[in-house]
Amino acid sequence: MAVATPTRAFGASIRRREDPRLITGRGKFTDDIHLANAATAMFVRSPHGHARIVSIDTSAASAHPGVLGVYTFENVKGFISGMPCAWPTTNTGDTLKLATYPPLADGKVRYFGEAVALVVAVDPNTAADAVDLVHVDYDPLPAVINNEAAVAPGAPLIHDSAPGNQAFRWSLVGGDTNGALAHADVRISQTLVNQRLIATPLETRCAVADYNPASGEVTVWVTSQNPHIHRLLIALSTGIPEHKIRVIAGDVGGGFGAKIPYYAGEALCIFASKELGVPVRWSESRSENYVATAHGRDHIQHIEVGATKEGKITALKVTAYASLGAYPSTAAPGVPTWLFGCIIQGPYDIPNNEVHVIGVYTNTTPTDAYRGAGRPEATYMLERVIDLVAAKVGRDPVEVRRLNFVKKDQFPFKVANGTLTYDSGDYELALDQALHTVDYTHLRAWQEEQRAAGKLVGIGFSSYVEICGLGPSSAANAMGFAGGLYDSATIRVHPTGKVTVFTGVHSHGQGHETSFAQIVARDLGLKVDDVDVIHGDTDKVQHGMGTYGSRSAAVGGGALHMAGMKIRAKAQKIAAHLLEVAEEDIEWVDDAFRVKGSPDKAKTIPDCAFAAYMAGNLPAGVTPVLEEQHWYDPENFVFPFGTHICVVEVDRETGETHIKRYVAIDDCGEIINPMLRDGQVHGGIAQGIAQALWEEAVYDENGQLLSGSLMDYAIPKASVMPHLELGHTVTPSPHNPLGVKGIGEAGTIASTPAVVNAVMDALSPLGIHHIDMPLRPAKVWAAIDAASH
Amino acid sequence: MEETHVGISVEVNGRPHRSTVEPRTLLVDYLRDDLGLTGTHIGCDTGQCGACTVIVDGQSVKSCMVLAVQADGAHVRTVEGLAQDGRYHAVQQGFWEKHGLQCGFCTPGFMMQSVQILEDNPDPSDQEIRDALEGNLCRCTGYQNIVEAVKAAGATIRSGAETMALGTGVGA
Amino acid sequence: MHPAPFAYKAAHSVEEALELLRSHEDAKILAGGQSLIPALKLRLTQPAMLIDISKISSLRGIRRENGKLIIGSGTTHREIEKSSLVAEASPLLASLAPQIGDVQVRHRGTFGGSLAHADPAGDWPAAALAVDAELVIAGAHGTRTVHASDFFTGMLSTVINADELLTEIRVPGEGTPGIYLKHRNAASGYATVGVAVTATHNHGRIGTVSIAVTGATPVAFRASAAEHALTGHAVSAHLLDEAASHAADGLECLSDIHAPAAYRAQLVKVMVRRALGKLLHA
Repeated sequence: MAVATPTRAFGASIRRREDPRLITGRGKFTDDIHLANAATAMFVRSPHGHARIVSIDTSAASAHPGVLGVYTFENVKGFISGMPCAWPTTNTGDTLKLATYPPLADGKVRYFGEAVALVVAVDPNTAADAVDLVHVDYDPLPAVINNEAAVAPGAPLIHDSAPGNQAFRWSLVGGDTNGALAHADVRISQTLVNQRLIATPLETRCAVADYNPASGEVTVWVTSQNPHIHRLLIALSTGIPEHKIRVIAGDVGGGFGAKIPYYAGEALCIFASKELGVPVRWSESRSENYVATAHGRDHIQHIEVGATKEGKITALKVTAYASLGAYPSTAAPGVPTWLFGCIIQGPYDIPNNEVHVIGVYTNTTPTDAYRGAGRPEATYMLERVIDLVAAKVGRDPVEVRRLNFVKKDQFPFKVANGTLTYDSGDYELALDQALHTVDYTHLRAWQEEQRAAGKLVGIGFSSYVEICGLGPSSAANAMGFAGGLYDSATIRVHPTGKVTVFTGVHSHGQGHETSFAQIVARDLGLKVDDVDVIHGDTDKVQHGMGTYGSRSAAVGGGALHMAGMKIRAKAQKIAAHLLEVAEEDIEWVDDAFRVKGSPDKAKTIPDCAFAAYMAGNLPAGVTPVLEEQHWYDPENFVFPFGTHICVVEVDRETGETHIKRYVAIDDCGEIINPMLRDGQVHGGIAQGIAQALWEEAVYDENGQLLSGSLMDYAIPKASVMPHLELGHTVTPSPHNPLGVKGIGEAGTIASTPAVVNAVMDALSPLGIHHIDMPLRPAKVWAAIDAASH
Repeated sequence: MEETHVGISVEVNGRPHRSTVEPRTLLVDYLRDDLGLTGTHIGCDTGQCGACTVIVDGQSVKSCMVLAVQADGAHVRTVEGLAQDGRYHAVQQGFWEKHGLQCGFCTPGFMMQSVQILEDNPDPSDQEIRDALEGNLCRCTGYQNIVEAVKAAGATIRSGAETMALGTGVGA
Repeated sequence: MHPAPFAYKAAHSVEEALELLRSHEDAKILAGGQSLIPALKLRLTQPAMLIDISKISSLRGIRRENGKLIIGSGTTHREIEKSSLVAEASPLLASLAPQIGDVQVRHRGTFGGSLAHADPAGDWPAAALAVDAELVIAGAHGTRTVHASDFFTGMLSTVINADELLTEIRVPGEGTPGIYLKHRNAASGYATVGVAVTATHNHGRIGTVSIAVTGATPVAFRASAAEHALTGHAVSAHLLDEAASHAADGLECLSDIHAPAAYRAQLVKVMVRRALGKLLHA
């Protein structure tokens, strides 16, 4: 490993500080928490997509040896009657119909796998046996799965409180879209389906609750991306005072959005622990995870586009039907609205655009954020549109992108609907670097040769900009989010100069224990090895908002840097005092405060820390110890961007897609650790490719989830993933303290359309212009077969 | 009347254990719940994910698809037994150096399968590695750095170089 | 996931296993367990007892006798994959073994277990049919030998009776060229369609051809009409095209969310053609 001085640790590919425990089997995931005398909770789940509950007979289960309790909604409603929604948004007047989301089914089941009863027993085997002994009599009802069918007249009604199954209508309008459409040289109408996905972190969800009846305190270990939000929602929904709740999200095995929400599983573990006086543990099986943990995406989009004959897009109108599933999950309404609609014009200068979103209830697992959350739905739509326009006007899709890009000198750039101001960007730079990497001219020549030889080969592009670094809080509040989107850091310099950092964001694969240590190491002139980063425990860490929306480096890192500057400011006074010079006569150079002109006269942060703790020789007005805290509320979002290029070959006879090459040029501003950055991009691209080619949550017409396990839901394996070629440009965010922009979701957002566009390019000689995802072999072959008849 | 519990003797990471288990107990649950070896993880219920991969009598298996009673008399290696004599196993070092893990949940299974791969062939090609990892799912890495990790581990093994000592920092 | 309770006995001989089968109702044989244990966990099956045959050493091993490969039913996929004897004596089996599941599954799963389970998406049934394997089944009154063509009786069902045990599989061992092509289900790794083909040719003329298909239909089958169209004819691309194009004629293919029936039929044709091409170089 290269790297030496603390100053250079920032920006270096150093290996991770969290890895030693994880590679030796000493990680502490929630399911690894084994408390003495703990009971096991399991759920009885609905085999129907939509049914009235006629009766629930728990007597046999209750009588089963080793069973401690069996509970239905009637038993638990006094403790918790509904799961709260933290983003109850609409912007079209009084259209929000927020259905009650009971922790256990209340008289009716509304999706396959909905929890109907809770069984608690002495051990997992006994609990599993008892689940089979709960007899529920159902009266099945017609189910509705399709988003448009759900709001069509005569559809089965899911909630009495939401007539027509409509949860909300939401709109943003910029410019005069109808007028521009009327005057456009070319017009295109297209419907796109952005299919339902299942996040599939390798660790399923899990909770362990330990309620102490003597003190009224409860400790909850839970698989959470945002432990403080969990604590807040537990307090609000159960009435347990917030200061009596300790939420611990230790090692968490991937989140991808699905571990943002607050679920009934953890709430009912608390209930059962309180009820029974023993710790209660619930660990989801994978099949259970597939029905009980929030799904993602699930849009049907109707699009109208107007453009000039050169391909300049003059108008874009999108009407999206977005499914919330059967109930409104924690952040669900915000995903298909603000996180989708604000960025509807992407990296393009489209002066007239409007977006209308109809949020609907269907008899499906509730949806919520899934990696990218809203932005992939916008980017996929827009990148398909660009290619359709390019095909229509007969131009290279690269040139159409270039023509429509927001130009470098237009930043800060306000989008047509007025909601966002892009902070900085150079979209052509990333595009050009991607083109250079693939040697575009030769690539197209190669494609012609291959086509002449009868091969179906295609080149696909995707240019994107995304909204990261959520908040600022003022924007979040304006968008209806019931929380702030600042974040926090505490830096505690110990007397010996070693440091413990407390961050309000959460790491579940991102590597903050390393990248955040790199930030502090640079700011305080220390070794990375001397900085420990603590997160995920509400009793240790000050309030923070957790990790999602690629916000950790930008907001959590920003807070950390600001706290570090406070440490430096205080230490500088101490250093000057110790060096017996005026504060103005010292400067921070080479990881120490040095007397100007006499750099050998120096004091380091550890020197200052020791003095601060000895406290007997401090300058006037300087308090003992060296510890600072900062809450950072960003002034704007940050806007990473980039261009991805995918090259595919489609097997004409089997419809199989083989990715021949994949190039990703991303710009996330300043880079803290290139190795971690690349890792985020690799994983993001894998998930995005998977949406393009394989993944889909499939329900039958009765609401049965047919893709209910890893036997039928295809997340990618090593053998099907291509080698990824990564590159980057660096356009710092002008307003972020670190100049960073966020990289956690970029790969997922960009890759899906790049792959689909490549396949469509491959199939274009056959006259095929669009196939909805996932582009599974059977579907692609069917399109080829139909086109050849 | 059949017995509801069965006695088994299993050697895990060189240490003998005598236990009594229900026949339906899966090896992974025995390791995690009875022996407290929670480094081996459970990621699915259909045998796809490989997070529970351990080595039984020299062969990698998914411990969620083996009954504990079937391991009676067997030698089992888990992630907790990889590091020896205060030093990381070459595979652990490879995963660390090449950023072959993110959330770390699938990692023990990947490492145990990687040990198997390299014991079968210390110099596998990229494609051979990818194919031999068919039974392990990772949702974080896109596999690219896992392949690099296995290659790096193979190089370490072939060179006979000493691996890093436990307790080594990140060196920055 | 937690199986329903069951009793467990490890048998140490075929006789002991048969005796246990006879004396216990609702007992199931546990071989490698790679299909059975997931089914137990999901409680899709809840037998009263499992009889573990994995410790019966006589059921394990590969040898050649009188030009035939004799493979014990308890031999693992991995042992077949790594066997130089199999590579030499049965290229088809050697081609198929590494395509099953994954390394971990192949370490435990057995040849006999896979055949006895008769999963419509299993791989071995195609090979057993293609080489016309002889399956030796032990019962209370000694053993009987069944040809593969008579062995599979339907989805997940064979001629093995509840008190019988598959002990040995005999396949031709003359090294007849053969190949297994598989279209993997992207999620499960099972065969959407798998085709097992053996073919000989001499001076441009096809000798014998066998074509067996798994995954496409509820039970694996031999594509006899295609075989017949090829046997004895001069090798030509046109002939192979023609034969393969009829390989799915009359089939009632399975349909699921991954592959509708029409797609499976297409795969049968394409994969038969590709396998023939590889073996006959046309």
